[in-house]
Amino acid sequence: MTAIHIENLDVSYGETQITHGVTIDVEEGGSFALVGESGSGKSTVLKAIAGLAPEWRGTIEIFGKPRSHGIDADFARTCQMVFQDPYGSLHPRKTVDATLMEPLNIQGLSDHNERIVAILKDVGLDNRFRFRYPHQLSGGQRQRVAIARALIVEPKLLLLDEPTSALDVSVQAEILNLLKRLRRERGLTYLMVTHNLPIVSFLCDRLAVMRGGRIVETADAENLKQGHLQNEYSRELLRLSAPPAV
Amino acid sequence: MSAPLLVVENLKVTFPSPSGPVDVVKGISFELGRERLGIVGESGSGKSMTGRSILGLVRTPGKVSATRLEFDGIDLLKQGDRAMRKIRGARISMVMQDPKFSLNPVMTVGEQIAEALVAHKRLPRREIAARVRAMLEAVRINDPDRVAGLYPHEISGGMGQRVMIAMMLIPEPDILIADEPTSALDVSVQAQVLDIIDDLVRNKGMGLILISHDLNLVAHYCDRVLVMNSGRVVEDCAASELKNAQHPYTRGLLAAQPRLDETRDELPVIDRTTWSAA
Repeated sequence: MTAIHIENLDVSYGETQITHGVTIDVEEGGSFALVGESGSGKSTVLKAIAGLAPEWRGTIEIFGKPRSHGIDADFARTCQMVFQDPYGSLHPRKTVDATLMEPLNIQGLSDHNERIVAILKDVGLDNRFRFRYPHQLSGGQRQRVAIARALIVEPKLLLLDEPTSALDVSVQAEILNLLKRLRRERGLTYLMVTHNLPIVSFLCDRLAVMRGGRIVETADAENLKQGHLQNEYSRELLRLSAPPAV
Repeated sequence: MSAPLLVVENLKVTFPSPSGPVDVVKGISFELGRERLGIVGESGSGKSMTGRSILGLVRTPGKVSATRLEFDGIDLLKQGDRAMRKIRGARISMVMQDPKFSLNPVMTVGEQIAEALVAHKRLPRREIAARVRAMLEAVRINDPDRVAGLYPHEISGGMGQRVMIAMMLIPEPDILIADEPTSALDVSVQAQVLDIIDDLVRNKGMGLILISHDLNLVAHYCDRVLVMNSGRVVEDCAASELKNAQHPYTRGLLAAQPRLDETRDELPVIDRTTWSAA
């Protein structure tokens, strides 16, 4: 089944059109990456799916259902988002417990206590973190909370906006491993935005390269690993990401 | 090699805390000639504090002490504020991480670069304008006359960082300290900015201290690498020898990075318990 079907998506912010005819398809259980530099429109595509950029034309279908233009609680049940900066995306005056409670209340789910205990364990956080505030956590721990908050309503699709770019290398490795394990265990579908090609190679099976609001190439991650990208701009990105001979 | 430009011996930076003073830099030593030195480490390793203490930019209540902290024969710890201001910028300068927060939002780019020059030297106005223009060209800004008249919010991040570099290099310092100069930039722009730094540093025969968390980047742009962890230097080697690094922390950092041709199912995670107690 197709998890995400996007066809000819044009997103605008006011007068300015950001994306031009973006078309992607992601299979259920797949992991798809949108790569490109700042301003290429990759995050905007995620925002349109999440309902944070309501001005768009074209088709967005999630698990076969057309997506409305706004924020939608039913939709949030199937699709959740993890943001780039764990320092900015958690409410500073809410404990981890309160942060995790909110989506449960919105979705009207019961068994709050069991769910919170289970999800904390699943993202590798000890129970003693449950009543802490974000400022008492490290960046990696915060990102785990952000992932827990997204997963607690048991969505099938996760939108990841540069989930590790604010983290240290060793912490990044932990979060990438966590994301990989959760996807395997829960059969999740990922749509990830990043500009880091090695991360795509580790976590994703397909990718689309974006530039100036357009997709210039869609390829399998296998092609990326072997350095077989076709488009000139993709090759340029590849060349810049290739680790210089250490 | 001639006498080193900068000698650091047993440098310590201490901050008070409710449970007694904490050393964030625990006695590190190194020398810098007219070469490119990389300092690598993760958040909290003390790499930025090392850079800041050289310039006397550690604010109270932080305390800097060292057996020796000498730049070109000048004891940096004994200089007063006024004397430090003469060295800072003119002889040792620093490029910060994020151009968005480091540039003055209400001054044009040209004015800011000129200010960096005028602060240290009296020059006729025409010459100032000519040098600003030449500097903007040196950092590969295509239309220097137009860009000089723009405000920081009107330029991109990559351009902003190039303006910062122009500002720092226009007084022709002996040492440039670059603290994560590209971590706020895109991959495609990163290489450009580093190439510019590299070019200018080589041509002018300056010393460079490149502070970064990115091992590959440092290995590529530096001659020598110091790896720092919790305030200590755990590895000091030639950049070309980094892949043969001995310390478990350095090896861990190298292994934890995903590769472009990734085949591992799981990335190795640094086990902090085995050696961090030291």
